[in-house]
Amino acid sequence: MYTQGLNIEAGDKSIPLEDRNSALMQRFQSRIDAEEKVEPTDWMPEGYRKTLIRQISQHAHSEIVGMLPEGNWITRAPSLRRKMILLAKVQDEGGHGLYLYSAAETLGISRAELIDQLLTGKAKYSSIFNYPTPTWADVGAIGWLVDGAAIMNQVPLCRCSYGPYARAMIRVCKEESFHQRQGYEIMIALSQGTAEQKRMAQEALNRWWWPSLMMFGPSDAASLHSSQNMAWKIKRVSNDELRQKFVDVTVPQAEFLGLTVPDPDLRWNGETGHYEFGEIDWTEFNQVLAGNGPCNRDRMKKRRKAHDDGAWVREAALAHAEKRRARQAMTAAAAE
Amino acid sequence: MDQGLFSYLLRQGDSCLILGHRLSEWCGHAPQLELDIALANIALDLTGQADAFLGLAAEVEGQGRDADALAFHRDVLDYRNLLLVELPNEDFGLTIARQFLFDAWQVEFYGALARSSDQRVAALAAKGLREATYHERFSGEWLVRLGDGTDESHARAQAAIDELWTYTGEMFECDALVAGLVERGIAPDHRGLKAAWDARVADVLAEATLRRPADGWMQSGGLKGRHGEALGHLLAEMQFLPRAYPGARW
Ligand SMILES: [Fe+2]
Ligand SMILES: [Fe+2]
Repeated sequence: MYTQGLNIEAGDKSIPLEDRNSALMQRFQSRIDAEEKVEPTDWMPEGYRKTLIRQISQHAHSEIVGMLPEGNWITRAPSLRRKMILLAKVQDEGGHGLYLYSAAETLGISRAELIDQLLTGKAKYSSIFNYPTPTWADVGAIGWLVDGAAIMNQVPLCRCSYGPYARAMIRVCKEESFHQRQGYEIMIALSQGTAEQKRMAQEALNRWWWPSLMMFGPSDAASLHSSQNMAWKIKRVSNDELRQKFVDVTVPQAEFLGLTVPDPDLRWNGETGHYEFGEIDWTEFNQVLAGNGPCNRDRMKKRRKAHDDGAWVREAALAHAEKRRARQAMTAAAAE
Repeated sequence: MDQGLFSYLLRQGDSCLILGHRLSEWCGHAPQLELDIALANIALDLTGQADAFLGLAAEVEGQGRDADALAFHRDVLDYRNLLLVELPNEDFGLTIARQFLFDAWQVEFYGALARSSDQRVAALAAKGLREATYHERFSGEWLVRLGDGTDESHARAQAAIDELWTYTGEMFECDALVAGLVERGIAPDHRGLKAAWDARVADVLAEATLRRPADGWMQSGGLKGRHGEALGHLLAEMQFLPRAYPGARW
């Protein structure tokens, strides 16, 4: 998902194994089992804290980097209405990034540190945002598929054991359904449009389908950390379950559009009540996560450029705030 | 058709549309996340105002065009925006200075236009005034931060104000078109907005420790369709899809 990198760091030693039998640990686990929320000032295992920082910051970074592929079309949106909707949508994603950075900060790390981790390549973000948006239909496909997949993942996260993250997710989820709808609405307009528009829509689906399935992360069998995160209720539904749910919901939507899902193995199984689908190309997935997706370099270049070009502005804001404080202190001293 | 009112509405709609477009270019590239969000928000408001003014223009014209037809199917010669708003973003300093000079004008302009004898125009102005008031607070506060921040930010903010000053005169022009509408009580005399604008700008520049440039030669022409070189590039980008796929619905 937006936090798929969580699962792939094999042999990661930075997350300590704690003594499961200590009294503190047992009390912590029993609170979680009782569905109590963990709050920032509560005791928590170091592994829980680190896992959450990693997950929430990956999620935040994904929101921010995710502004780029759609932002690519804001200045070319084909009508005033579409332009306004897209501006509002991308602005929402920035807001999601803000809530999430704030949630991560409650765990004792600053936004500056987190952003530094992103810009130095230490932190990951979702593989999905390393694919390009060459046509307007890609904006529709992102809203429909990527935000659609985000909803699948984020609804269970509203029940995550960590209070600030769960509450951030509740705010985020309220906006995601609007995102999904505006994307699907773009796809409807294109698929009912001219032959050129239909072609755009089909090609966008061809390009975004598999990367969208990859968003849910490795299959459960290949997932590290998964069982601990389930026990801690940081993760509540497995990658494969979420992926299946996404396929089941999305295939009929593609049919409604008259578009073909690019998977020859896709078929309805009446017995299980689910769609069966083909094998995901995990080599591609791993390559994209490793930095070799079509847009990894460009995305990071743009983020770094914005950060570097904006340094003087952030410095000015700090310097001005400092001057104000000093002046206020002087006035206060003079008044005494 | 009321040609005077139509052209007047185009001027306002186009200025909002073009400035909104310029601000939207920042989305994802701003100095900090809060600014990405704020600039996108102002871009959204301005695009909404453009939609409303161009929509009313199309209605006044009565030829079956709508706001989109006016936005996406006119070329440079038919655009009527202020020259100030078509200038490229350059850096955040120029973007904020341009925004503040425009916002301070919008507050005065919409305040006066809200008393228009044309109820439709007055309603759009009243709604625009609420937004412009918030925009001016934002851009004014940032101009103060930049002006009274570091040496570098001060220098950049001053350079931006100096560079833009020559484009501010156009906001207060009262040509025959405006004069005709003033007579009918539809539009305010734009010359009358200058004193209050000057006061607003002087306050913020003083707080920002920035120097107000002298009123020298003022650039003019955007409102009559005489534009610089940047607008054509902006329109080429903005209008690409509707132009490349005529008749398609999106
Ligand atoms: Fe989001
Ligand atoms: Fe979203």
